[in-house]
Amino acid sequence: MTMQVTSMMKRFGETEVLRGIDLNVRDGELIALLGPSGSGKTTLLKIIAGLDWPDAGSLSVDGEDWLRVRAQDRRTGFVFQHYALFPHMKVRDNIAFGLNVMPKDRRPPAAKIAAKVDELLQFLQIAHLGGRYPAELSGGQRQRVALGRALAIGPKVLLLDEPFGALDAAIRRDLRRWLRDVHDKTGTTTIFVTHDQEEAFELADRVVVMGAGRIEQVGTADEIFDHPASPFVARFLGATVELPVILRAGRAEAPGLDASMLERRALPDGFATLFLRPAEIDLQRDDASPFRIRQITSTGALRRVMLDGTGIVLEAELPRQRGADPLKVGDHVRLRPDAGRIFPGAARKAPPAPIPLKKETHR
Amino acid sequence: MTARRLLIAAALISTLFLVVVPLAYIFSRAFGQGWAAYQANILHPDTLHAIWLTAVVAVIVLPINIAFGIAAAWLVARFRFWGRGLLVLLIEIPFSVSPIIAGICYLLLYGRQGLLGPLLLENGIQILFAVPGIVLVTMFVTSPFVAREVLPLMEAQGSEQEQAAVTLGASGWQIFRRVTLPNIRWALLYGAVLCAARAVGEFGGVSVVSGSIRGQTNTLPLQVELLFNDLNVVGAFAAASTLTLIALVALAVKTLLDRQH
Repeated sequence: MTMQVTSMMKRFGETEVLRGIDLNVRDGELIALLGPSGSGKTTLLKIIAGLDWPDAGSLSVDGEDWLRVRAQDRRTGFVFQHYALFPHMKVRDNIAFGLNVMPKDRRPPAAKIAAKVDELLQFLQIAHLGGRYPAELSGGQRQRVALGRALAIGPKVLLLDEPFGALDAAIRRDLRRWLRDVHDKTGTTTIFVTHDQEEAFELADRVVVMGAGRIEQVGTADEIFDHPASPFVARFLGATVELPVILRAGRAEAPGLDASMLERRALPDGFATLFLRPAEIDLQRDDASPFRIRQITSTGALRRVMLDGTGIVLEAELPRQRGADPLKVGDHVRLRPDAGRIFPGAARKAPPAPIPLKKETHR
Repeated sequence: MTARRLLIAAALISTLFLVVVPLAYIFSRAFGQGWAAYQANILHPDTLHAIWLTAVVAVIVLPINIAFGIAAAWLVARFRFWGRGLLVLLIEIPFSVSPIIAGICYLLLYGRQGLLGPLLLENGIQILFAVPGIVLVTMFVTSPFVAREVLPLMEAQGSEQEQAAVTLGASGWQIFRRVTLPNIRWALLYGAVLCAARAVGEFGGVSVVSGSIRGQTNTLPLQVELLFNDLNVVGAFAAASTLTLIALVALAVKTLLDRQH
């Protein structure tokens, strides 16, 4: 199945939830819609399922205009965050639901339905749970049943809304691997919504990053992680340190910054913002640097160092202390990032006072 | 400790005098002149007709109000529309308005000098002092019971299960039959029991529109009053005992349903 979403808009009252979405989904792909809450990702998923309607734009699946197809006839397997299992039906009947409600002339005979349910129970590794009621299952088991119910109708596309959001971390990792497995075996085109980047990157072929009703970037995990397309994506992917810099010949300059490990960028000279993840920043003692260590806390594996200077507060994560001369609170240090993203223009904070021209800075 | 005991004693004594004694008294007076007299009074044609009429009214009113209650609850719980708050208020009105006012409204509307009465009479349709009037008033008074029970449950459950059913290809009727209805069945039954109990026992509104014609438009509560005014104490209490029995059965069913939840 292939899908094209074009210029899709949707507003709830005054709020614009989708502000022009364009997206192509290839056959058999596993796609993650990643974004903070309120970015419109669930609304997009519901529109694809036919549970909501856009104000403008088009949705075409295999060349067919899906906005003219009723939700009942779209054959999308929708999996809800809170499972939405039918509590008065046993697991078997939940899974068989979509087959049992088919019109008489298309409905498989009862024996065939039973066989299909058995096959799914086996496939989803919940064969022993067929006779239970949803209330007697754990969260992870319920989500497996919900997926089984969605797969039973042989869906054209599988849509999952925060499928692991209500589960604890260990089960989440388990189910993630299991879902990838299920996808690879069935080959069903799958779109899932998540706000957890680790989940999106680990599971999906392509990740669609959404923010405030727009698609910010589409790409593989590495593309997005290493080359975020916008300050929004950079921030969302953990680059919480925003350093105002001045670009000169493609290199970022700021007091207390040693950008020699960063590649030169083909960007015009002028004010810019350097986005860094705390883990990408190395610290080196430098009494001339304006950055001073205010606090050091240990998380066991890492040390989290809080710094301030030039009117900003920032955080760096260093591996556990080795060597003889550990950094201490009060030390002046310079920042030596080994990766970073530069976007022209001042982002959130005012740029630092222009530094006097020197021939070579921070080599 | 003494304060607690005193409070419990006070509660027990007031229950005794407010509930138990009157209940027992109904049966003791009904059987005061023996089983034969009781039987004769119950089997009196007018009383039998009143029982029958009451049952007919309940049988007509109940399904209509169940349908109305489900439809109203579904509309209010599942959709956001202009005037939704007003609709909720409207559903509640029969609870806050005295039934006698409802009766008088119908009197003014369908009476001989009323707004619609002359037109209907010309076409041979009589509403007042006939079964249709009794049914209408009873329906009005008992209309909120089902909606009131079902609505909070539907709101609490949300619509995800129904949405899931839609994506699985179920039609509107299948969703209602297989998903919505099983989820609300206990609340629905509970509301229906309350609705039936009230429909059987309704007095004020019905007394205005029925005209209390013996053997024709007298429901059981009106028959009790008539017999009492006739100074036929055994008859009045015998009829009352039937009503009481119906109420007790309804109460028992309601208690049972409470446990099922």
